[in-house]
Amino acid sequence: MADMDNSGGTGDGRQGWLGRLLAALAPGANGGMSADRRAADDQATSFGHISAIDLADVVPDPIVVFDRSGAVVHANQAAIAAFGAFRLGSSVQLKFRAPEMQALLGAVLGGEAGVAPIDYSERVPVDRLYRVAIRPVGTASGLFAMTFRDHSEARRIDRMRADFIANASHELRTPLAAIAGFIETLRGPAKNDAKARERFLGIMEEQTGRMARLIDDLLSLSRLEMKSHHNPSDRVDLAAVVGGVADTLTHLAGELGVAIERDFPGHPVFVAGERDELIQVFVNLLENACKYGQSGKRVIVSVEETTEGADVTVRDFGPGIPKDDIPRITERFYRVDIEASRAQKGTGLGLSIVKHILNRHGARLTVHSEPGKGASFVVHFPAAG
Amino acid sequence: MPSHTLQAYDEELKFLATRIAQMGGHAERMVEEAVAALVNSNDALAQTVIRNDRVLDEAEREIDDKAVLIIARRQPMAIDLREIIGAIRISADLERVGDLGKNIAKRVAAAGQTQQPAKLFRGIEALAELALTQLKDVLDAYGSRAIDRIAAVRDRDEEIDAKYTSLFRELLTYMMEDPRNITACTHLLFCAKNIERIGDHATNIAETVHYIVTGSQLPAERPKEDESHTVVVAGG
Repeated sequence: MADMDNSGGTGDGRQGWLGRLLAALAPGANGGMSADRRAADDQATSFGHISAIDLADVVPDPIVVFDRSGAVVHANQAAIAAFGAFRLGSSVQLKFRAPEMQALLGAVLGGEAGVAPIDYSERVPVDRLYRVAIRPVGTASGLFAMTFRDHSEARRIDRMRADFIANASHELRTPLAAIAGFIETLRGPAKNDAKARERFLGIMEEQTGRMARLIDDLLSLSRLEMKSHHNPSDRVDLAAVVGGVADTLTHLAGELGVAIERDFPGHPVFVAGERDELIQVFVNLLENACKYGQSGKRVIVSVEETTEGADVTVRDFGPGIPKDDIPRITERFYRVDIEASRAQKGTGLGLSIVKHILNRHGARLTVHSEPGKGASFVVHFPAAG
Repeated sequence: MPSHTLQAYDEELKFLATRIAQMGGHAERMVEEAVAALVNSNDALAQTVIRNDRVLDEAEREIDDKAVLIIARRQPMAIDLREIIGAIRISADLERVGDLGKNIAKRVAAAGQTQQPAKLFRGIEALAELALTQLKDVLDAYGSRAIDRIAAVRDRDEEIDAKYTSLFRELLTYMMEDPRNITACTHLLFCAKNIERIGDHATNIAETVHYIVTGSQLPAERPKEDESHTVVVAGG
């Protein structure tokens, strides 16, 4: 029992604390008070050697315990992961500012009993939705436990559906219209023209390819948005990932007449991340550099360690990106040059995907460009934790 | 917060901080809803936002009264005094943020008159997301008294300015393409400007929070990056 330090100075005995917390957290804990009390005593005896803090920490849902004045007594690991660090003793009302949370906390701290759970949503940095309930811990501890149940997933699926329909219907219309037009021509004027038929079928194939790519990108973007609130924890060697991507793209670069030059340190550079997603990031960045910077004939990709973590730079020597477009290029379907994007089979989603993956990794993308001299995309990773 | 012999004094200071947090939550919500109303042309939501502005006005007045009362009664010093002065300043900034949100809401009907390209609204949405992140970060810093991220807030204000300038240019282009767009685009221009101003208020709050916690001011104002005053339409 060397873990008294975290008890928050409530003056309660360890076992009473634990028992009451458990009773409050137990499903269906809304029953009679005396039943709570009994359950508390029972559990206190059987779990007496575990600390309530440890127990709260293994619960996957965020839990915040506070006293009658609203001062935070404990926030479990899930709460810290979801809402950032809590200062013990600071007011819980300062942490949750949303009007509905203020109303809920106000009611509970004002002494109202049986306050109904509410839905609490956050828009930035990522969209999240919680069902929040506050219940007193036991009968006389003066503590309250606030529990959060994550409903973000359900909401994201809803939004994904709405977004998908909106984006897809808009972006798929153009290729679809083209295909419809060619079908009409093939049935009518070009019915017996074998040469025209061949050509039109070729264009139709191209258009269906574009539609397929678009759907793939939209789906992968939506999937990323769905899990954007989980931070990846694997350790990944950036040098290996970026090197591997450069290898796979050598062929494409060769076709475009671009040489990929590498500038890597001789040792692995580790960051926290998810391998497949990072591969997607660098494939997108390198492919863009090769395609849109084709006129520069070369692309330099470098990995370096910095004081804050690690940077990966992809630099091309093409026409560059106009200054006014730079702040916007990660927006969905934002294209600097629509014709060039179409010609390179771009979907307008590549950099949105990059941005989403990097957000999830706590990494940042900065873009520098001088018109006529090329552009460099720098990904800043925080140090591996 | 250090405690005082008089518990009532502590209570009064805590009241101010809680009230600021409430105002912050309201202001964030108003901006969020105003932008959502604009993007989805939702008049009903816009009306709610306009009605809700009253809450912030009342809160600001209440904080002012309370702050003056505390100063008169307790003659606060050092951190307490900064806390109170800071509350007055932040509540003024938040009240302005609410006004800007309300102003966006008021333009919803006019901006939705003619069908605008979705791309424009996405630009405004992205701009609003940046401003809301700023606001959230400074209000979180106020709540936790952690000032390590304050400097980043000021840096990111440049990002907002750059995006605003880019939107400005794009709106001008749309207006040139078709004069029928002028009404809606002018309203959108004001909306974008309002969002950019919200970012500025967040920066002000960041400076105030820094002052409350450390007692010293952040280094002088960085140079302004909003370059829309230099944007002209070429060949027009």
